Amino acid sequence: MSTTVLWVSVLAACALGFVTKYLGHLVPESLVDGRRRSRIIGLLPVALLAGLVVTQTVGGDERIVLDARLAAVVLAVVLLWLRANFVVVVVAAAALAAGLRALGWG
Amino acid sequence: MTPDPLAPEHAAARRQGLSVGLATGIYGVSFGALGVAAGLDVWQTVALSLLLFTGGSQFAFIGIIGAGGNPITAVATSTLLGIRNGLYGLQLARVLRLTGWRRAAAAHLTIDESTAVALAQTEPPVQRTGFWAGGLGVFTFWNVSTLVGAVVGNAIGDPRVWGLDAAAAAAFVGLIWPRLRDRTGRVTAALAAAIALIAFAPTPAGVPVLLAAVAAVVVGLVDAAPSRARDIEQPEGDLL
Repeated sequence: MSTTVLWVSVLAACALGFVTKYLGHLVPESLVDGRRRSRIIGLLPVALLAGLVVTQTVGGDERIVLDARLAAVVLAVVLLWLRANFVVVVVAAAALAAGLRALGWG
Repeated sequence: MTPDPLAPEHAAARRQGLSVGLATGIYGVSFGALGVAAGLDVWQTVALSLLLFTGGSQFAFIGIIGAGGNPITAVATSTLLGIRNGLYGLQLARVLRLTGWRRAAAAHLTIDESTAVALAQTEPPVQRTGFWAGGLGVFTFWNVSTLVGAVVGNAIGDPRVWGLDAAAAAAFVGLIWPRLRDRTGRVTAALAAAIALIAFAPTPAGVPVLLAAVAAVVVGLVDAAPSRARDIEQPEGDLL
């Protein structure tokens, strides 16, 4: 792929990404008024974040892959349950995954 | 002059934004390294973090380019994954109430992390503090670490060896955690996770996350029944 094509793609993705974000802020409030719509919009992040947790934890090339990431996420849940700090959770998860892989698993 | 009764909450929101920024900084090193490994040059990798500035879309973009995918598919997938930022914007606009360049700046900083930090707070002024702390914290660390990762990328080798992919997954668990306190949040998350899991194999990259949004619609419609006592307790405009 030529550098020009790559640059055009990079900048197109950036432009479309910003337009998407900006449109969200521009849409009139009346469109999102009402209890039902408010609740749906309020629940969207938790739904999308749950989707991201799944794809980040077990997502592979076109199929589900169970590896060290799953063990790391279980550890993260336990640490969050114990009210551990966010950074501690992330670093511990990385360390566990790296350790398991060093031992030849996942 | 009376001290702001919310001062401790503002300070806590700023700390939360900073720690989210630090955490994504760790993750940003892996993005920088992976960007270069995917065949982008250092400046293209850095441009994605500066201008696209939404991790999921950035990883999707370099993933498809790295796998030899069509650049149009890369742009489309990146944009599809970014739609959730538009949805966050709908919510944030009500909290932030900005116009002009400040609104454009806020739009650029509208990502998972800034939204999560903002909406994890209860009082609107503290939510605003949380948004800017999370957004600017992540923007700073994400861009610095992207540059570092891109420059030293080859030295680091495979980010999986360092568990950076697992760190990313754990970070999303940390971000969703405060939303799982109430039953509605837990039900929505469980349904969304199930949808993403079922949709994973048959749909192209990025689509399972979008389909997971259906869970919010389903739970939102079912739970919005006005006869429920706890809905009456819920103040208007409270989106959490």
